[in-house]
Amino acid sequence: MDMKNLINDAKALGADYFPMFLRKPAPKFVTESGNPVFGIVAEFDETPKVFKAAKKVRDAGYSKWDVHTPFPIHDMEEAMGIKTTKLPLMAGGAAVTGLCIAILLQWGTTDWLYPTVVQGKPFDAWQPFVPVMFELAVLLTAFMCIFGMLALNGLPRFHHPLFSHERFCRVGNDRFFIAIEATDPNFDPEKTKALLEEIGGTDITLIEDVS
Amino acid sequence: MSDMHPDQTIALQASGVASVQPVARRVPVIPGTKDDGTLTEDPALRAPLVLGERSFDDVTNIVCGYAEAPIPKIWLTAFTITSSIAALGTGMILYLIITGVGVWGLNNQVDWAWDITNFVFWIGIGHAGTLISAILCLLKQNWRTAVNRAAEAMTIFAVICAGIFPGIHIGRVWFAWFLAPVPNANGIWPNFRSPLLWDVFAVSTYATVSLLFWYMGMIPDVATLRDRASLRLHKGVSRGFKMPMPLGDGLPLHFMPKPDQIRVLIYGIMALGWRFSSRHWHRYEKAYLMLAGISTPLVLSVHSIVSFDFATSIIPGWHTTIFPPYFVAGAVFGGFAMVLWLLIPLRMFLPNFSDLLTLRHLENMAKILLLTGTMVGFAYSMEFFIAWYGANEFEFAAFANNRVNPAKAPYWWAYWTMIICNVLFPQLFWFRKMRQNPLVIWIVASAVTVGMWFERFVIIVTSIHRAFLPGEWQMFFPTWVDILTFVGSCGIFLTLFLLFLKFLPIFALSEVKIVMPQSHTDDHH
Repeated sequence: MDMKNLINDAKALGADYFPMFLRKPAPKFVTESGNPVFGIVAEFDETPKVFKAAKKVRDAGYSKWDVHTPFPIHDMEEAMGIKTTKLPLMAGGAAVTGLCIAILLQWGTTDWLYPTVVQGKPFDAWQPFVPVMFELAVLLTAFMCIFGMLALNGLPRFHHPLFSHERFCRVGNDRFFIAIEATDPNFDPEKTKALLEEIGGTDITLIEDVS
Repeated sequence: MSDMHPDQTIALQASGVASVQPVARRVPVIPGTKDDGTLTEDPALRAPLVLGERSFDDVTNIVCGYAEAPIPKIWLTAFTITSSIAALGTGMILYLIITGVGVWGLNNQVDWAWDITNFVFWIGIGHAGTLISAILCLLKQNWRTAVNRAAEAMTIFAVICAGIFPGIHIGRVWFAWFLAPVPNANGIWPNFRSPLLWDVFAVSTYATVSLLFWYMGMIPDVATLRDRASLRLHKGVSRGFKMPMPLGDGLPLHFMPKPDQIRVLIYGIMALGWRFSSRHWHRYEKAYLMLAGISTPLVLSVHSIVSFDFATSIIPGWHTTIFPPYFVAGAVFGGFAMVLWLLIPLRMFLPNFSDLLTLRHLENMAKILLLTGTMVGFAYSMEFFIAWYGANEFEFAAFANNRVNPAKAPYWWAYWTMIICNVLFPQLFWFRKMRQNPLVIWIVASAVTVGMWFERFVIIVTSIHRAFLPGEWQMFFPTWVDILTFVGSCGIFLTLFLLFLKFLPIFALSEVKIVMPQSHTDDHH
């Protein structure tokens, strides 16, 4: 293996973990005003409609797309073909970490760093250390659940091209949106729009990425 | 308004410019009946969780309307009163810190009294929120969606009140860092074999996890508030800033930013850029489920560990193995009582509130009060039975002579207040008419709240005011500082709760929408 391969491997690894430092590729689609295209958005007004439409978008072979709904729709993962998240695994790791910290903290300080006998409790008694072990494991799991969830979601991210779409303000209320992104290999302004029309979307709009 | 664009109508409604509260019901209330149609006994019928056949939009308008409407006079009045009490409590804490714990009525024998009573009282109340969110979530009890947000908020505020007391009862508050797992100046670490240190870990973990759980649940709803404010700013229908005044209309202040501009900023930051993506929802739901899974043992552990503070000592009346389950049942009991005590009056004051929090919800919670109240009653009798059956004369004396017998026990009135409030009052709920009447539920909830405070007082003070040697016996009398500190902590609690009612989504909007029939993915609903 020569140097060039190693550097390329390192770059690929870096790209996985630090995508924000990479130069973005030139946009494939640009609007008349010169802004890159983010994607196309279609609106739906009922749960069953958007659920069926999502299945059709999945079957059309898109991968970079999303359904925005005011509440989590039951079975939507399946309808969209989302792979299950690795969050539970990460949370398990956090639990083990918390447990290890508690073990180190308690045995390390009271048996090794400054051995003390209090209330005649023996050194080799593990029972008094259980509550703190449990609490720290729970604490770190909770941190991982929430911060891990946010990190996997790419949040906080205070700006997003979709927020420039005024009708999108109703997504938290009672409207459902399907957004297909321009970075999808199958994306084509005309064909994608036709697909969204065919599956019953209304107010189909091209969203510019003005950021 | 029919000639307006629908979006503009929505924006006007949402801004409170067009008066839409109360949002009309499609199915009117049957006149002349108190039954709201949710009290069906037919197991084949599922009681609706949202009344009046509301659409998603109606529910959003109802819930967001509370946070977006101009500040009501009644809120302002209540807030003035509670925040004054909170200020009084803060003053008492400062007075204590400046002067020393001698300003309380503690003495050599009774060295834990109202301070620890208040601590256990508040931490117990702080159990209902996470119980409703976590355990009822795992048990798939859909009715929890109407109460979980308010109950979680109440949990956080109760834990804040609880956190005050251990911090200030240690005397020299500037040494409170001795509780933290760091070595002191002599290189000695805290004693990890002590339940008091477990307590520090349990309560701080519980406070952190509850806060995160509450906040995470709120992210989508706060994003809804953000989007509505943003929509109103786009449409140009935002109201100007008005300083609320005790009498008459608010005072317009034109140099201030519009409330919607402040909302977009603050809710915008709190919502973390949530955009209701299904890919995000997928991980969000997974995270929520896991949090519910770990919060369930956490809730049970916290009050168990609080009870270890007492149970691992050798004081008669404290040294019993029944304490952990007994404390947990008591905590759930007291917490649900506080939830009901806070939410029932809101059904009168907030428009449409009673359509989201139906009589069925109240009945379910009344049943939980009955269950946990009976468990607590069982624990009281079992404690007494074991004190007699165990044939330990000190333990038996702690019950018979220090608590129960009016002829011998100076604190008999505290014990019997506890029994009447906690054991007898909830028994009313065996009768359907009683558990379906909000006024009766509210009265019982008040009684239980009082009774649960007395339970902790009985456990703590009556056990230590008479130790093994009669020469050490001493009574405890609270000073005015004791009393006002407790009253002040109630003020802090209610102030925080009022702020929550006015400025945050008080129903879990996205979860309420899930339990509505329109959320189903099949056509026939």
